[in-house]
Amino acid sequence: MSETMMPLWEVFIRNRSGLPHKHAGSVHAPDAAMALQAARDVYTRRGESVSVWVVPSSAITASDPADKDELFEPTGTKVYRHPTFYEVPEEVGHM
Amino acid sequence: MYTQALNVKDTGKPASAEDPGKLARFQARIDAEEKIEPNDWMPEAYRRTLIRQISQHAHSEIIGMQPEGNWITRAPSLRRKAGLLAKVQDEGGHGLYLYAAAETLGCSREELVDQLLAGKAKYSSIFNYPTLSWADIGAIGWLVDGAAIMNQIPLCRCSYGPYARAMIRVCKEESFHQRQGYEIMMTLSRGSAAQKAMAQDALNRWWWPSLMMFGPSDKDSVHSTDTMKWKIKRFSNDDLRQKFVDATVPQGHYLGLEFPDPALKRDEKTGHWQHGEIDWSEFKRVLAGDGPCNRQRMKVRTKAHEDGTWVREAALAHARKRAERAAAVRIAAE
Ligand SMILES: [Fe+2]
Ligand SMILES: [Fe+2]
Repeated sequence: MSETMMPLWEVFIRNRSGLPHKHAGSVHAPDAAMALQAARDVYTRRGESVSVWVVPSSAITASDPADKDELFEPTGTKVYRHPTFYEVPEEVGHM
Repeated sequence: MYTQALNVKDTGKPASAEDPGKLARFQARIDAEEKIEPNDWMPEAYRRTLIRQISQHAHSEIIGMQPEGNWITRAPSLRRKAGLLAKVQDEGGHGLYLYAAAETLGCSREELVDQLLAGKAKYSSIFNYPTLSWADIGAIGWLVDGAAIMNQIPLCRCSYGPYARAMIRVCKEESFHQRQGYEIMMTLSRGSAAQKAMAQDALNRWWWPSLMMFGPSDKDSVHSTDTMKWKIKRFSNDDLRQKFVDATVPQGHYLGLEFPDPALKRDEKTGHWQHGEIDWSEFKRVLAGDGPCNRQRMKVRTKAHEDGTWVREAALAHARKRAERAAAVRIAAE
């Protein structure tokens, strides 16, 4: 078996609801056009999608799980970023 | 189940040889129902178990296309043909979702496929039985997909994120598989005497192999403790098998069919259906490669892979050429 490895692509799908593209999974394909075709066949067999993106997996830069606390924990104490931190009298109504 | 051969001896580095601090933090995350993601630290044994389980599951989906694919061109109506074709396509899709999940653990697609073709990887014993009549397509959808669903629903909560997410997608698609199978069984059961006999014959042949899909009895299951502790598996083989029997027996009686098990009876106290003794020697034989269709399944799979080689090579060569041409144009423009 002298085969070259088939490149890996990450697949993102936007469904009807208009929400952002969401990661659906991955496919192997030699180029972007065929990756799109494969993504359509593998991840949208039931009208799940109105738009598909494919991105070479190697092009994604991800945060290191070891940095999780350093990156994301600081927001844990910033309660003033949430509406419930501020007091508005009930008579004023919904705000 | 689709991963029923997991109780083979694991010869790699045992979990007990890992850094105790890391191991404790890992277990604490699992106990807190956190998902483990591809780049997170994990014990080697966890990784090995998952690669083996997920790839075995993927191989089963792919090999599982063969027994049903056998009837696509001979489906009795266009409605049945469209349904069966869609189901078999889904199974191919399931295989691909699962291969992708296994690859996140650091094993390439090519390696996984090679392991299958070299006979080093297992797939579910159920797909080594032949589909002799159209009624078998009904029995497979009803029983085999029914058993698969029982096993796959708890896997949606598996501790490994990519596997759990693939299983959620799979489970959403499975219920159509089971319903199309049951509908076929219902049509045959309500048809002529000959059609009813076909349905009964299919049930007779598929019932026991379906029960074997859940794997060895808990008494003989070596791997369960680690996989349970790591929340890869949430219910034991026997528990899942019991759930399946309880759900399926009334469905069979509704069809007016009889199960090929004289010992089958409902326990009045517990409400559970008790089945007779499973022939484990048959299970072991089929899993070891000596079922009715093992050789044929591997031959077909190998031929499909080899016949596709030139297509993969041509597509890669074409992509390379286009990339080179695009690069040359860019250089010329600069
Ligand atoms: Fe499936
Ligand atoms: Fe299925």
